[in-house]
Amino acid sequence: MGTRLRDMIRAVRACKTAAEERAVIAKECAALRNAFKDEEGDTRHRNVAKLMFIHMLGYPTHFGQMECLKLIAAPSFPEKRIGYLGLMILLDERQEVLMLVTNSIKNDLNHANQFIVGLALCALGNICSAEMARDLAPEVEKLLSSSNSYIKKKAALCSIRIIRKVPELIEYVLGPATGLLNDKHHGVLIAGVSLATELAQTNAEALEHFRKQTPTLVRILKNLVISGYAPEYDVGGITDPFLQVRVLRLLRLVGKGDTEASDIMSDILAQVATNTESAKNSGNAILYECVMTIMGVESIGGLRVLAINILGRFLANRDNNIRYVALNTLVNVVAVDTQAVQRHRATIVECVKDSDVSIRRRALELVYALVNENNIKTLTKELLDYLKVADPEFKPDLTAKICSLVHKYAPTKLWHIDTMIRVMSEAGSFVKDDWVRVLIVLISNAPELQGYTVRSFYRAFQDTKDQESLTVTAVWCLGEYGEMLMNHANELEGEEPLTVTEQDVVDVLESVLKDSRSNPVVRGFALTSLLKLTSRYSTASERIKALIGSYRGSLVVELQQRAIEYGKILDKHANIKPQLLERMPAVDEAHLKRRTAADETLVTADKETKSPKAVANGNKPVAAAANLMDLLDLSVDDTPAPPPAAAASALADLLGSPPRSTPAPQPAGANMLLDLLAPSTAPQATTPPAQVQDPLAALMGGPAAPAPQPPAAMDPFGDLLGGAAPTAGPTFPSIVAFEKDGLRVHFDFSKPAANSQQTTIKATYTNSGPSPFTDFVFQAAVPKFMTLSLEPASGSVVPAGQAGSVTQTINVTNSLQGQKNLVMRLRISYKVNGSEVLEQGQVSNFPAQL
Amino acid sequence: MTIRFLLLVNKQGQTRLAQYYEYMSLEERRALEGEIVRKCLARSDQQCSFVEHRNYKVIYRRYASLFFLVGVDGDENELGILEFIHCVVETMDRYFGNVCELDIMFHLEKAHFMLDEMVMNGCIVETNKANVLQPIQLMDKAG
Repeated sequence: MGTRLRDMIRAVRACKTAAEERAVIAKECAALRNAFKDEEGDTRHRNVAKLMFIHMLGYPTHFGQMECLKLIAAPSFPEKRIGYLGLMILLDERQEVLMLVTNSIKNDLNHANQFIVGLALCALGNICSAEMARDLAPEVEKLLSSSNSYIKKKAALCSIRIIRKVPELIEYVLGPATGLLNDKHHGVLIAGVSLATELAQTNAEALEHFRKQTPTLVRILKNLVISGYAPEYDVGGITDPFLQVRVLRLLRLVGKGDTEASDIMSDILAQVATNTESAKNSGNAILYECVMTIMGVESIGGLRVLAINILGRFLANRDNNIRYVALNTLVNVVAVDTQAVQRHRATIVECVKDSDVSIRRRALELVYALVNENNIKTLTKELLDYLKVADPEFKPDLTAKICSLVHKYAPTKLWHIDTMIRVMSEAGSFVKDDWVRVLIVLISNAPELQGYTVRSFYRAFQDTKDQESLTVTAVWCLGEYGEMLMNHANELEGEEPLTVTEQDVVDVLESVLKDSRSNPVVRGFALTSLLKLTSRYSTASERIKALIGSYRGSLVVELQQRAIEYGKILDKHANIKPQLLERMPAVDEAHLKRRTAADETLVTADKETKSPKAVANGNKPVAAAANLMDLLDLSVDDTPAPPPAAAASALADLLGSPPRSTPAPQPAGANMLLDLLAPSTAPQATTPPAQVQDPLAALMGGPAAPAPQPPAAMDPFGDLLGGAAPTAGPTFPSIVAFEKDGLRVHFDFSKPAANSQQTTIKATYTNSGPSPFTDFVFQAAVPKFMTLSLEPASGSVVPAGQAGSVTQTINVTNSLQGQKNLVMRLRISYKVNGSEVLEQGQVSNFPAQL
Repeated sequence: MTIRFLLLVNKQGQTRLAQYYEYMSLEERRALEGEIVRKCLARSDQQCSFVEHRNYKVIYRRYASLFFLVGVDGDENELGILEFIHCVVETMDRYFGNVCELDIMFHLEKAHFMLDEMVMNGCIVETNKANVLQPIQLMDKAG
């Protein structure tokens, strides 16, 4: 005999540490297991109650599941009651045990006692699986039309779960659900309205059907609003706010996009909005829902003004709960009526600084929706002020929002640059690479601002050194426009004068380079910038040379490689240095966008073929793009009058293919280029720098020839690419999917470029046995997240002794590609020597990422 | 727009009642309860009663040493749920007579019976206290 429930709870409460609690629970569980094994029928009820308590504390209780089923089958109500409770709490729809209870539930659904029927409905509504739903739907449908309101309300909510599990049952529920809306009982009404809402949400026909019921819904609401005091459902002087909220929500659904329905409900909406008492929470809940409905349906202007005024009152309320819902609603209203929300802008911006994180988050969401070309300056200023004091957990989100707003609405380039510098100074580590790239493109396209920009970045960097994105951009600017620090080019009106020497700039770059904590990518940038400055600085160039030279032995392969390559350029190729180190040509923005898309596909391809490290290639597109541009600079400069997008066309020329007609080779080629040049890609980690340097030098030699012809330049590239290009596409290892009794099923994979979720599997069947397999049929099945189609096989006889094979193409689409691997069940039947063979199996050794 | 879970937690953060309306493994539950309770208990009385956590919105209300937490999805009426919490507590009050933590601990099944009458599959069924308590009182009489 175990302890009483009470004693167990006392023992648990007396525990001072988690370990003590675990010990008590372990002891109890052991006793319970014994009790279950000994089939102690009279204490079963108490034991299941104990299990629920143990479950609530977070301990496993699966061993007691069968006990619940036994209790449910018991005749007495208290036992049944606790059995059903255990069923709902301890089990879930994923457990196979659940199927065993279907019959008991079916019996109980047909029971004469309303409470037992109610129990069965409740359990079914909480945990039923699709199979149970199908089996028991006829019973539940019958109960929907019962005359007993206690049963009806539960049947309605049970139906919600059934149609969620088996949507094709909707048509059977539609009729009875409509009947529920004419009931008098509030429980039936609220359940009926919930059911109708669910139906209307999931099915267009049902929505149309309930649209016709708009007058009924209006009547329900009217009865609630104009009825006097109704004690049964009164909450603080308001009749059944829960039902009112539900009806308003359904009205919103049916009124959306339908003027006729919206007209029918406009009177009652106005009545609710004006007459509901707003002193209590229950009243505010209704007003809140009512405002959402007014703004959600095709209301007339006057009604909208009423709603906006209510929101204004909410926003000014001292209660934080009310302010929260006001902000929440305004987010939805912005799309409908921006002007109305703009009026409350000052209050909303105040809320961004609220001490309550829930309110702040909502307000930020709203501010984000509010910003446009006209108010971007003021609102961004507020957001930047707040960025200074924001919690660390809040900063990434806020930074991303500001960046995207600046990008979208910046009135001038100057303002864009200024604001981004401020953002980067405050929260540079949260600024994503994408925004850095956008900024660099902008700067390179604004020659009149380059001087100002480099000076501003120099100043900002002096104040803030630990924000990565600021460092990267500053370093890049110094490399490109370093001389403008000294010659005051393009000085803007009112700009503070800045006195810097060449040595100062080199000091800055050296400090970045020497900071071993900083990202190798950033340090690589610093090296490139130093190299570029050698052609622009006269006094500091020897010092730079020595500095670059000192990194020849760097342990960071990327830095070592760069230092050696750059050293070579400085030593041996002084004649081409000026052209080589010219300023980067302005980046064509549209082109960059296209490239980004190409990069993304490359990254996925890389993931599949190479080590995961190669992905870093795609992660630093700025570095890669900049390098590529640097390199292409050579050929561009020598061709007469290069157009702005020459870089792109030069690349295409080099690769010998126009970019549009055959898009595939271009990314592949570009990828090779990037592999060769970009930092931290996998191949470089294994290739000694000297090897890489050779082809690079060869490349550089090409354009330096007196009369460079694009076709001539193409050759080394072509050679370079010719061998490697085919490996750039994704390939997957073949697998043996099935092998038994001489039969072998072999899978080869290929992926069409257009759809990464799709995989074409070529199945090859061979037979190493002595007799041929005849009537060979191969079948396959896949889980729900995949789809599969089998093409006819090349034959139905697999010859013996591996004398031949049969092939078949299988097309699979994996909708959860990247999250779940392919899995497949096989069923193979054939005849060998006249006897039938049936084989089944599961294939789970598919390569990842299919 | 459904209720995803209901929790009753004491001031120390111990769960005293838990009802989930969607499947979640035991480990997930423990983790979720820990995170949410920590977030909610750290908030002051002046702050609003809504906390966003993962993809849930948690609406909570404090009664002396007990916290009532309800997890809902994004488009639920927050104020309505707040009112519903109060309705649940009033119902328990009527049954237990000034309900306290111990009443719920020692009569866990009764508390669940009440919830089962009020919420089904995440939707509100009944808010009339007499209707909710009727089956339970009948059972008490018979037992």
